Amino acid sequence: MKSLLASKWTKILVFLLCLLPISRLAWRALHENLGANPIEFITHETGDWTLIFLVLTLSITPARKLLRQPQLIRFRRMLGLFAFFYVCLHFSTWIGLDKFFDFPDMIKDVRKRPFITAGFTGLVLLIPLAVTSTAGWIRRLGGKRWQMLHRLIYFSALAGVVHYYWLVKSDIRKPVRYGAIVILLLAYRAGVWLHAKRSRAAGRTLATEAVTNTESA
Amino acid sequence: MLIGKSLDIRSSEITPKSSYMKRRKFIAGASAATAGLIVGRGLLELVHPGERVHAQTKLSGVIKSSLSTDESQTPYKDVTHYNNFYEFGTAKEEPAEKAKNFKTSPWTVSVGGAVKKPLKYDLDALMKLAPLEERIYRHRCVEAWSIVVPWIGFPLNALIKQVEPTSNAKFVAFQSFYDPHEMPTARYAGIAFPYVEGLRLDEAIHPLAILCFGMYGETLPNQDGAPVRLVVPWKYGFKSIKSIVKISFVEKQPPTTWNLAAPNEYWFYSNVNPAVDHPRWSQAKERRLGEFFRRPTLLFNGYGGQVAQLYAGMDLRKDF
Repeated sequence: MKSLLASKWTKILVFLLCLLPISRLAWRALHENLGANPIEFITHETGDWTLIFLVLTLSITPARKLLRQPQLIRFRRMLGLFAFFYVCLHFSTWIGLDKFFDFPDMIKDVRKRPFITAGFTGLVLLIPLAVTSTAGWIRRLGGKRWQMLHRLIYFSALAGVVHYYWLVKSDIRKPVRYGAIVILLLAYRAGVWLHAKRSRAAGRTLATEAVTNTESA
Repeated sequence: MLIGKSLDIRSSEITPKSSYMKRRKFIAGASAATAGLIVGRGLLELVHPGERVHAQTKLSGVIKSSLSTDESQTPYKDVTHYNNFYEFGTAKEEPAEKAKNFKTSPWTVSVGGAVKKPLKYDLDALMKLAPLEERIYRHRCVEAWSIVVPWIGFPLNALIKQVEPTSNAKFVAFQSFYDPHEMPTARYAGIAFPYVEGLRLDEAIHPLAILCFGMYGETLPNQDGAPVRLVVPWKYGFKSIKSIVKISFVEKQPPTTWNLAAPNEYWFYSNVNPAVDHPRWSQAKERRLGEFFRRPTLLFNGYGGQVAQLYAGMDLRKDF
């Protein structure tokens, strides 16, 4: 398992798998098989895959710890960048195909329609993460600060779920499913953080007790 | 320890290693092939979903109407595979699949309420109430897409005349068929069923409002509201209720499904109006299926010349 995860080939395979959704879209577009409303179809597909990749990226840390597979970290940046890739496609579909570069209309939409405001926020939050995804930027920022910055993905994923929830008319099953998964993944982190805090506090108490004991002895 | 026990397997019974390996290979190969077939079919279905159009009955003796538009008609495949029919699922392609076994015969429509002659109509009798006409109408969905459909039916007014509404009849209430067993996906739709809709009496007797039994020269496919639906071309599509089982004439404005679900988003009239946005999206433009650019949406979906006088003196922003 370890060597499989560490293999260069696994990384290439995962990369190719991440390209499947876009390949499928391209194939269907070539065969004029995008349904009655192709622009809507492309928008929904790229939006769906953005959420899926955000969820996958957020699952890496819990999966590493729970499955004791630290090697999984090798895939996190790639998955995160694919989330960014699909959200860029989603956004450019909206700009180029849906709105056809009608910028005044789009600005109106971002301001006036809460669901578009939420989606746009989610996208903007991902930009600094994509930019600082390189090893050079981790060095420049320092591990701690880099990690702080990259927690923006939590808010981006939540914004994505809200964007979807506000968009649907009445059948809320899919956005609720994404929401539940994201909340679960964030709850894991909250749990770990609380646990660490408590054990630090316990550690301090123990240390104080030890000091007191030494003094009284 | 084994004592005095010889190996009692004759060498002829032992499977030669080569055939043993062959068998293994065969099983592996067969399973791989089966798996491949399943996955392959799944993939094929993913990239090329099947079309589900069932043979409909041709409707004969249909008269052309001067109320038809000469705009180009939306392809039949799109009108039958891009549907909002929430009883059969909320995804556009779902009704085509999930409504295919929907039983539409026998079918009765009960007409009652504030009328002199309440009656239960058998579908065949109802269809013979007036000569069938082809009405090619623009159809604008509240979701900002539109289609052009050659509907077949006759003015709703033909039925209204027959049952003779009393002076108490101010509105007409419609109800769709609903059976949770036949429509198991309906429970996920997030709206209440049976689906109900309504029109003011003067809207209902307007010659553009039709009781519709077919489209594209044939009876209605299940996913498009078989066997009988309403078509009110100057209002958003959800007013054109599908698979009608009950029509009643009432004094007070009747409840309507989408208004019950989200009163701030859908009001009773729901006339197509580019100036009144849906709270979550603009209604100024629409995408005609099959076209790349959005086209401007017209007030009353372009039927203002015929219907605007119904709303004279009304604030269309308040009574949207």
